[in-house]
Amino acid sequence: MTDATAETTRASIWRKMRSNTGVVIGGTLLAIIVAIAVFAPLLSPHDPIAQDLTRRLLPPFWHDRSVPEHLLGTDHLGRDYLSRLLYGARVSLGVGLGVTFVSGVIGITLGLLAGYFGGRIDMVISFAITTRLSLPIVLVALAAVALGGASLVTLICVLGLLLWDRFAVVSRAAAQGLRHQEFIMGLHAIGAGLPRILFLEILPNMRATILVVVSLEVANVILLESALSFLGLGVRPPTPSWGLMISEGRDNILFDPWLIALPGTAICLLVLAVNLFGDGLRDIMGPAKR
Amino acid sequence: MISFISKRLCVAFCVCLTVSGLSFALMFLTGDPAIAIAGSGGRAEDAEAIRIAYGFDRPVTVQYLDWIGSALTGDLGQSIYFNVPVTEIIGNRVGVTLTLGFISFIVALAIAVPLGVAAALRPNGWIDRIALIIAVSGQAIPSFWLGLMSIVVFGVWYGLVPISGAATWQGYILPVVVLSYYAIPELMRITRSGMIDVLSTDYIRAAKAKGLPMHLVISRHALRNAVLPLVSLAAVQLGQLLSGSIVIESVFALNGLGRLAWESLLRSDLPVVQAIILILSLLYVLLTTLADILNAILDPRLRGAS
Repeated sequence: MTDATAETTRASIWRKMRSNTGVVIGGTLLAIIVAIAVFAPLLSPHDPIAQDLTRRLLPPFWHDRSVPEHLLGTDHLGRDYLSRLLYGARVSLGVGLGVTFVSGVIGITLGLLAGYFGGRIDMVISFAITTRLSLPIVLVALAAVALGGASLVTLICVLGLLLWDRFAVVSRAAAQGLRHQEFIMGLHAIGAGLPRILFLEILPNMRATILVVVSLEVANVILLESALSFLGLGVRPPTPSWGLMISEGRDNILFDPWLIALPGTAICLLVLAVNLFGDGLRDIMGPAKR
Repeated sequence: MISFISKRLCVAFCVCLTVSGLSFALMFLTGDPAIAIAGSGGRAEDAEAIRIAYGFDRPVTVQYLDWIGSALTGDLGQSIYFNVPVTEIIGNRVGVTLTLGFISFIVALAIAVPLGVAAALRPNGWIDRIALIIAVSGQAIPSFWLGLMSIVVFGVWYGLVPISGAATWQGYILPVVVLSYYAIPELMRITRSGMIDVLSTDYIRAAKAKGLPMHLVISRHALRNAVLPLVSLAAVQLGQLLSGSIVIESVFALNGLGRLAWESLLRSDLPVVQAIILILSLLYVLLTTLADILNAILDPRLRGAS
């Protein structure tokens, strides 16, 4: 592919992206949330973990009892809810991207090896995929985090080691389709090394599919992290994670339902943004194999 | 046919073996299980006594073979917390999870299949639109949050259903609604796409041309062929409903397997956790294997390709 054609395809993809409603809405929303995560310290009016027991459970601005200092009220320990929500974007996005990176590296490597070599290697890796699919994922993740010690790094490693299956499936299919292509066989004939063939030649050919899987997985991981944190075995207090905030607000569900309504809405918006963006990309780049 | 089934069973057996190894290995993830049981404040002598009492001093392979051997005879070990057989505790709890899982599954199928057929008959019609909205929102809303919000709205504000527990059948309404909500989009999508494929075939056109009423064309000819991919997906979905109920059970305070697993994790009762992971995985393998075999019986074309 020459530079000129590369330039035109890039321009046409950009044009298609701007005319796709899903990409525009999802992308804008996603950009806002990413900006919030990056600039959380500048945007937050208060320290997200500073407690003030004299100002517990203040309601948000639409209430009569609300105070202007705490726009979205405070939680059961008097921490500013708006600041916690803003910082929560960091946890969700950080875990989402971190896990997807780990699982992507594992899954793509396994999938490329299985698809390229076929035969016995393929059998073993396909078997690993089948085994992984039969494990109850939430339970195994809970158990591994509970036993492996609780830190963000453990959480990311555990989920990364569990969620590589979809990456493996798509890259295996892509490698199978490409391994008999002339340019790959030619590279093999001139003695190109295996890493070069797999990662520099086959991988770039499946960029679009991988991008779609990345969006699916980031959304999946964000939901899973919130569920684990909700069950008390994900992100530990006092870190502001949206799932954890929902679980902390649970005791006050009767009188202060906004304590769970707000972080839940935040999760929904983020996941919706990622999904819309990913689905839009899939439409633009052609159908992706799942 | 026989060779297909035996090959499939062989894979299933190997998966079961690997899964059992993985759930066994969980015990060693903490490092030393004896210290985990003794607690961080335990003395070295206590840990040593526990090591001998539980047989942790033996080689790992011996321990695994011992564990899997007793598991095959229906003995999954003793609960460390309750000091009663694990099978007894699980037996008391499994009913709730199975009830919840199966009812949700049937509700999901009863809604998804007719809707999928209707959507296929009129692609991009209003049913198709509603289905899309359900699917998109279902992908973005965390199940535990939907559960909590439904408790707030229907339990607290309107008082229509009990807010927790399964003392009465009403206690199952919200959990079933929430759990089936997540199974519907996939089931519906596959029914829809299967039906769209089938409806464009010649034999359906022939059935229509000979003047067969539409409901007979659908029930006798179309649905029967569209149902093939549904069988595999239904097995996967049922497995996910059973294992996914861990979150829902804890939201609605239902005493099922999922909640038991969660409580056992919080009190480091590992034998119970191991057993539940093993049971749920085996159930999943069983369901997907059955679905594959059922598919091979329903569709002779699949038997050649394994």
